[in-house]
Formats: sequence, C-alpha cells, structure tokens
Amino acid sequence: MTFSKNSLFTRQELIGFIVLAAIIFLLLPAVLDNFRLNLFGKYLTYAFVAVGLALCWGAGGILSLGQGVFFGLGGYCMAMFLKLEASTPENTSIQSTPGIPDFMDWNQLTELPFWWVPFHSLTIALIAVVIVPVTFALIIGVAMFRRRVGGVYFAIITQAFAAILTILIIGQQGFTGGVNGITDLRTLKGWDIRTDEAKEVLYFVNAFLLFGVLLIAQFVRKSKLGRILIAMRDQEDRVRFSGYDVASFKIFIFCLGAAFAGIGGAMFTLQVGFMSPTLVGIVPSIEMVIFCAVGGRLSILGAVYGALLVNWAKTSFSESFPELWLFGLGGLFIAVVMLFPNGLAGIWTEQIMPRITKLWAARAGAVAPIPATSTEEEGAI
Amino acid sequence: MFSDYSMSELGAIFAMQGFAGLILFSVFVLMALGLAIIFGQMGVINMAHGEFMILGAYMTYLVSNVFAAYLPGLFGMYFFVAMILAFIASGALGLFVEWSLIRHLYKRPLDTLLATWGLSLILQQLYRSVFGAREVGVSIPDWMMGSMPVTDMIEVPINGIFVMVLAVGISLAVYVMMFRSNWGKQVRAINQNRVMAGAVGINTEWTDRLTFGIGCGVAGVAGSAFTMIGSTGPTAGQLYIVDTFLVVVFGGAGSILGTIASAFSISQAQSIMEFFLSGSMAKVLTLLVVVGILMIRPQGLFALKLRK
Amino acid sequence: MSKTPPSKGPQGPSRRAVLAGSAALTASLFTPKSLLAQDFPTAEVNTTGLAVTDDTVTVGILHSITGTMAISETGSVQAEKLAISQINAQGGILGRKIEVIQEDGASDWPTFAEKARKLLVNDKVASVMGCWTSASRKAVLPVFEQHNGFLYYPTFYEGLEESPNVIYTGQEATQQIIAGLDWVKETKGANSFYLLGSDYIWPRTSNKIARKHIENFLGGKVVGEDYYPLGHTQFNSVINKIRLKKPDVIYAIVVGGSNVAFYKQLKAAGIDMTAEDPILLTISVTEDEILGIGGENMEGAYACMKYFQSLDNENNLAFVSAFKEMWGDDIVIGDVTQAAYLGPWLWKAAVEKAGSFDVDKVRAASPGIELTTAPEGYVKVHENHHLWSKTRVGLAKLDGQYDVVFETEELVEPDPFPEGYQ
Repeated sequence: MTFSKNSLFTRQELIGFIVLAAIIFLLLPAVLDNFRLNLFGKYLTYAFVAVGLALCWGAGGILSLGQGVFFGLGGYCMAMFLKLEASTPENTSIQSTPGIPDFMDWNQLTELPFWWVPFHSLTIALIAVVIVPVTFALIIGVAMFRRRVGGVYFAIITQAFAAILTILIIGQQGFTGGVNGITDLRTLKGWDIRTDEAKEVLYFVNAFLLFGVLLIAQFVRKSKLGRILIAMRDQEDRVRFSGYDVASFKIFIFCLGAAFAGIGGAMFTLQVGFMSPTLVGIVPSIEMVIFCAVGGRLSILGAVYGALLVNWAKTSFSESFPELWLFGLGGLFIAVVMLFPNGLAGIWTEQIMPRITKLWAARAGAVAPIPATSTEEEGAI
Repeated sequence: MFSDYSMSELGAIFAMQGFAGLILFSVFVLMALGLAIIFGQMGVINMAHGEFMILGAYMTYLVSNVFAAYLPGLFGMYFFVAMILAFIASGALGLFVEWSLIRHLYKRPLDTLLATWGLSLILQQLYRSVFGAREVGVSIPDWMMGSMPVTDMIEVPINGIFVMVLAVGISLAVYVMMFRSNWGKQVRAINQNRVMAGAVGINTEWTDRLTFGIGCGVAGVAGSAFTMIGSTGPTAGQLYIVDTFLVVVFGGAGSILGTIASAFSISQAQSIMEFFLSGSMAKVLTLLVVVGILMIRPQGLFALKLRK
Repeated sequence: MSKTPPSKGPQGPSRRAVLAGSAALTASLFTPKSLLAQDFPTAEVNTTGLAVTDDTVTVGILHSITGTMAISETGSVQAEKLAISQINAQGGILGRKIEVIQEDGASDWPTFAEKARKLLVNDKVASVMGCWTSASRKAVLPVFEQHNGFLYYPTFYEGLEESPNVIYTGQEATQQIIAGLDWVKETKGANSFYLLGSDYIWPRTSNKIARKHIENFLGGKVVGEDYYPLGHTQFNSVINKIRLKKPDVIYAIVVGGSNVAFYKQLKAAGIDMTAEDPILLTISVTEDEILGIGGENMEGAYACMKYFQSLDNENNLAFVSAFKEMWGDDIVIGDVTQAAYLGPWLWKAAVEKAGSFDVDKVRAASPGIELTTAPEGYVKVHENHHLWSKTRVGLAKLDGQYDVVFETEELVEPDPFPEGYQ
C-alpha cells in the first residue's frame, strides 16, 4: 500500500485512526462497566462538536463561541420527537389536555404549536437535526463572513447568540420546557432508550457516527478545500486576491461544523435522556472550544481525545475533590494554552513521535541522527 | 395601556424611566471601560473581567467589615477607601496576571480567551474557598441607600446618582489618561504600530503591563460600586460578561468614546423595551438588535481607522 | 469519591459540636431506641444489593457545591450532614452507622443526572438527599425511577409532580401560596397585586396559582405580571411600572443573585417596605438570601413559607443550637435548610417502620410517617409523598431574621395537582 501526498490518509494518520477506533470500539467497552461506558458515550457526543471546531478554528481560523447553539438545536430537534412519542394520550391522561407534552399543559397550552407538529415524524426529526443547525449557521455565516467579520468579533457575536438562545428557550417555557428543558424521554419508535442494553447500543451507534464525521473531516482536510482553508487562515488577503471566494469557504466550513454539532446534540439527547438550555449557553460553548484546544486545535483526532480527556478529568476531579476541581480544570486550560498550544496532538507530534522515530532508527542501525524538526506540516499558529 | 393615568403621572413615569435608563447606562459604562481599555487597546480578550470586578466587590465587603469593627464613626465614609483599595487589589492582580500569563500570548489573541477563562474558573473557586459559597451582604452606608424626592411622584435613588457620578468621573479620568498623559500616548502608539513604538524607545512591555493593570483596576472599582445595586458572590462576575463584551464591540473596539455611546444606546433601548415588554423578551430583543446592527456594521459605532 | 463518615474524628471541633448538639437533642426530644445491628441481619434488611453492611449503610448527598446554585445549596448540604451525624451519634439506623458519599451537581443538570446514576448504579446508595432546583430534579427523576432509587428533595417547588421515588420535604406551591394570600387579604385588606418573578417554571407556576386564587377566590385583581431572566441585575424599569400601577401588594418570586439587586434597588428607589405601601410579600427569600441582600434592605417585607429560624419551640431551639455548634455561630437557617434536615430523619423513621432498607419497603412505609421532633413542629408524610405542614408568614427585621406574625391553625394538606388552579 502506498501513501501519496494526495491520498486520504498518510501512513501515520491511518495508524492514528485505527488506534482511536480500537480504543473506542474495543478498549472502552471491554474495560468499562455500563455506567462508565454511558458516560464516555456522553463525552463522545461532545467530540462531534470538537471535530467541527478543529475544522472551523484549527483549519479555518474561525473561532465560534456559539457551538452550543448548534449542539442544542440538534439536541432539541431530537428531544421534540422523543417527547411527542412519550406524550401519548394514555401517558398524559391526568393532564387537562392529554396528548401534548406535560410542560405545555402546565403552561395552559391547549394544543400543540404548529411548529411542533412535524416532529411527530422520525424522518423529519432526523433531517431537522442537521438542517436546523445548518440553516442557523448559514444565516449567521452569510451575514458575518460576507462582511468580512472575523476573529475576535465573530467569537463575541456567536457568544451573544448563545446568550440570546438561552434566554429565549428559558423565557418561552410553554413551547420549549423552559429552564428544565425537555425531560423524561422514554422510547424511540417503541424501543426503550433508558435500559442498559439500549445505552450500549447507542454508544456504538454514536461511535460509528463519530467515525463517519471523522472521515468527512479528514476528507475535507485533505481536499483542495482544506488546503485553501489553511491558506486563508494564514493569509486571508492573498487567497482572496488569488481569486477565491473566501466567504463561501468560511460559510461552508462553519455550516459543516454546525451539522456535526447538531448530530452530537441529537446523540446527547438519546444517551442522556433529556435536553436543556444549560447545554446551549455560553459556558458549555466555551467548554467545547476547550475540548478542541486541549486535544490540539489542528488535529481532528486530537479533538476526540481532548473531549474524552477533559470530560473524564472533570468527572473524576469532581468525584475525588469536589471542592477543588475548578482549580484543576482552570489550571489545565492555562497549562494547555501556555505550554502546549497545539494540545495533545502537538505533544504527540512534537515530543513523542520524533523520539519514537529516533529509537526506531537507532534500532534499525541507522547512523545518521534524524533531524529533530517539527513534523506538523502546518506548524504553530 | 396609558388611558388610566393622568398626564402628570405619565410625565413623571417617563422622567423616572429615563432616569432608570441613565443608571443602566452608567452601570454599562463602568462595566465596559476596563474592558474597553484592555480589549480595545491591547486586543486581549479577558474572560476573567467579571472576576476582577467581583474582587473589587469582595474588597469592599472586607473594608466595610473592618470599618464596622474598628472605625464605626467613619463608617459613612468607608466606601471611598474601599473603592481605592478595590482599584489597587484588582490592578495588582491584573499586573501579576499580565506578567505571568498574558504577555506570553499577545500574538495569539484567541488563546488569551481560553487562558483567561481558565483563570476565571480558578478565581471563582478561590473566592468560594475564601469567602464561602454564599453571597456576602455588603452593608452600604445609610446616606447612600435612600432616595431624594423631586416631586410627589419622582424619586431619585441616591445610589443611582452615585453610580452616575462615578461613571462620569472614571470616564473623564480614563479619557485624560488616554489622551493627555504620557502613558496614553504610548498606549495609542503601541496600538497603532507596536514595532515602531518600540523602535522609538517606548517600553512596550511595561506599558502593556500597566495598561492591563489599569483596565483591571477600573473593573475593580466598578465591582466595588456594584455592591450597591447587585449581589456579591463567587459566580456573580459571570453575569456581566456578555453584556460587557457586546457594549465594547458595539462601540467599536479601540474607541473609548464609542464604548460610551454604545453603552448609552444599548441601555436606553433596553430600558424602554423593558417598560413595554416582559424583562426576558426585552433582553432578547436588545441583544438581537445589537447583533443585527453589528452584522450590518461590523466595525461598531465608532471605528478607529487603523492601518494594519 | 469522598467517602467519609460525617463526624470528623476526635481532633476537629465539629465532633464536639455534633456530640453537644445531639446530646441536647437527645436529652430533650428523642428517646433513642436501642436497635442493634444483630437484630437485623444484613441479608434480611437488604435484599436488593444496596450498600448496606453489618455496621454501615451508605447514602448519597447530591447538591451543587460549585457553580451558581452553590449559594443556595450549601445550607442543605450542611443540614443533611448535621442530621446524619446526629442519627449516627444515636446509634444509626437499624444499628448501622450512616456513611455519606457526596457528589457535586455543579449547577449543571446533565451533571446531576450523571452523578445520580453514579450514586445509584456504582455506589448502590440506599437513599439520596439532594437536588435543589426543579430542573435538577427533573433531570434526575428518570434515573431514580429507572434504577428504583429514593430521593429526599428539600426545596419548596411548583408541584405538578408525584413520583413514587421522591419524598418532597419542602412545600408544594399551593401550600405555600394560598395561606399567605388569604392572610394578606384578611389582615391588610389587600386587593390589587403585582406579580413578579425570575423567568423559570417555579415562579411562573406559582404566580399562575396566585393569580387564580386572587381573581377567583379573593375577588382581587392582578395589575401586572413580569419576569426577568435568571441573574438579571437591573430592576429600575419594573420598579417604575410598580409605581405607576400602585398595587397594594408586590408579590415577588425573584431568586438567586437577582434578589439582591431587586431589594437593594427597591429600597434605593424610595419604596419603604416598613410603611407597607405597597406591602411586599415574597415566597422566595429565606434567611439565607437575606444574608446576601442585607437586613436593612429587606426590613418590613413579609415572607410566606413553612419555617423560620426564629420559630419558638423546643425542637427548633435545639436544632438551631446544634446547627450553629456544627457550622459556626454566624450561620443562618432558612426554610429549605430545615426541610433538608428532615430528609434523613424521615428516611430513618421509614426504614425503621419497614424494618428494611429496601426501597420498595421504605416507600410502602413512608406515607403516614410522623415526625414530632421536626424543627418546624409536627409533620406527616401524605399519601402523595409530600408533607403536611403549617404555613407561616414572617416579617423581616433589620437583623435578617423574621418575626412570625401568622401561622395556619391546622396542617395544610399538600395538593400537587390542584383542581381549579390549572
């Protein structure tokens, strides 16, 4: 097998994919009990967002602080379907209007709002999981990138969107479930998603989807589009002067990131069993960026490791030192930014890989030392 | 909705509502000035801005307790001491943070965002460990808590006036420092062209540190003033972050005047809408309008023409 | 996992405090039954694989100790730990000492669900004391129902719920609201009300019940209703609206940090609550919140709930002194803190009545459990898993405490699905 520069994987990347697949499909299910596996399933849903961010931010230089919006929209679309399925007239017979979700009844709604009606259909719900976040991203992207808003400004405006959507969801509780979110989701087409077996199945569905997303991301990175993105990140004007429509590329990659986030949100809803505005707001949105930063913003595989590691650290810190875990978490972010700006992936490619190659070479009896240069093609920003 | 009221009542209400808008304006100015200095002049996104404000609030709490215990006779005056100490404490922390953290990240503005977010988590937990998870009650001297009746209907809250005076005072001070002092010249020079500024002998490192420190110090004073109108707890700082950034961005980064103009327009819009709509919807609409305008005019209200 | 027995060993001050406190309680109130573990073999009292050994039983505490809700939930954690250490000092439950596993919900609802699952699935705790906001309870509810856990939930809340896996030790909305509105109508002649709240389900549902009661039963009118986002800090506009409408009563259900802003700005705007023009009636400000608001800003307001720290009865005096011994003299105790304190005691009573830690048996034994030793007086568990309790009205004083000015004659029946208020 040969690995030319234009094939989808370099040899190293292929090994990276295989190792990650082995960890997710074999190692974790083998060593973790059902409870921990479900937790890791939840962490993996954040990895969808982190992979999207690795494309938008790492490759495209667009930092969005509003990925929670897309994660939330995808999650809410899924939750609406599941809630409608759970709100059969029999289940809700004690309500004054049976057959509508409980929180609507509490808020004196007497019929289902029209925009909820399509969510009776699983097909429409599944399409909406992707389409609704993408549409939002498209509107934001067109408005912002056509006007060449970027960098810090884009970050702050997307953050404002996260704030707006949170207040809106909380304020319109008759339609959205308010601050409680949409809770008590039970079955998917009659299949109980709360059982241990279901959670295990969902973990694997989630993992497969994640690998689908990773392949798409890898394809984008390797395509001409991916290289233009990196060129744009480093010298936007030169790309523009070369005749490329910079805004369209940015809009595309932003929408792609939104679609990934939406899928992650939907999988989150399925595995955790509810969706709430706390996943839409500013704090989760920034945390998602941090997953990506810890993993290495340039690396899509790093993003997955970042999401797993930070969340695992968060869970175990907070179990072992509940009063102190914020110190650890805050310290981790600072350390990553200060010491390892390319995150885990950077540590791997800059510190560990060269040594392994060196060892390898020494074993093979090579006399000439390998020059210790960075192998990361894009280099540090 | 107005048919039930007499003209004089309506007039009084509109006057009061205008005044409420002015108080909100002053609050926004105080929140945003420190950030306008740091973000506008240095391009650093300080997500821990709210935590610097809360440090000022906690300083006020400490000073009030010290005065209550040892100098009860002077309690009415403690607030001024507290504001000075708040400036010093937040400013000193700012200097330290610049030295240990920010100065390594000037070339990576988006990374300052992550690092300062980490810092804000650490500060929150620090406040929680030192002062407890509960909110602390800061007792305000009596003379600052009352109101002045102007007419039968119109009453003017004294703390509102205090916040306004403070906002005007600090704006003036920042303006003078920015445009009349040596430091201000240096800051602006660095903002326009860092390399050239260094080449003509400006100590860019020290100026940066001082700028960050002053920005944080102003945040501390704002936090100190907010003990009169808001709560003081470990996580209270987070409440201010979005509003503050939007005010600065909407004003046009780099322009102190723009920040003030934007604080004025956002506060008036919100205050008027709050009167007609429910508070939540008013907030959503205000934010949407601001974001909408920013999409049409991304450089904000007042943009400095800069050669990059 | 911080798995520690709550008493901190001989060197810490807390142990002395616990002993002193529980000694006072034991002497005055309790006749400790000498239940010995060997009379209750583990195999018999625990048939479902809970974390029960021959001399210990493990329970979970699940509250936010970080994040925005830590402000409110700290008191509940303290009360639950106090109750558990007192129970241990008396010999535990069925001769077994209670061990605590505490988890942090971090003010984040998915984290609550995750930690609840951990407590039930991994740690196999026999019961959980926890949650504060409705959102966190809604998030953990499916977990408790799926894994058949047992939760003691301390907060006053909006009702509309009756889970077989939860005992609600706080009041549901009708218990808390109706008596207070009747009182303000009868004694103050109030007719017009301005309803105000933070924007989420509890204030909205409570105000809905209040509005129905005012309009349909009291013949009064509601002149305004307003909601502000959680964490909102600028209330001058709504204060102006209140001035314009001139209601007899401001009915405020503002929560969290917004409370501080609201009452400080209300006072600064020249609305003097001590003059009762208008009267301020709240159901969301306990002594805990006054600590942040400042007594001078709250003086003259009325609060309507089931417990105030100043209640003058023997149970409460002992409870307050034990609480202060354990957690420090300057601490205050609010309604929810007291309700949280009831959790472990109600569970103990139910376990002893059932003679088993099995959740199904404890659940079956729970309705009808009485607690004569509760700080709020006498409480009893209703069939619907809520508590019968008295409702009281307190007048806020300068020192941050409430004077109890009214209490219902009888225990108020909990009615989580009130007819005529939907």
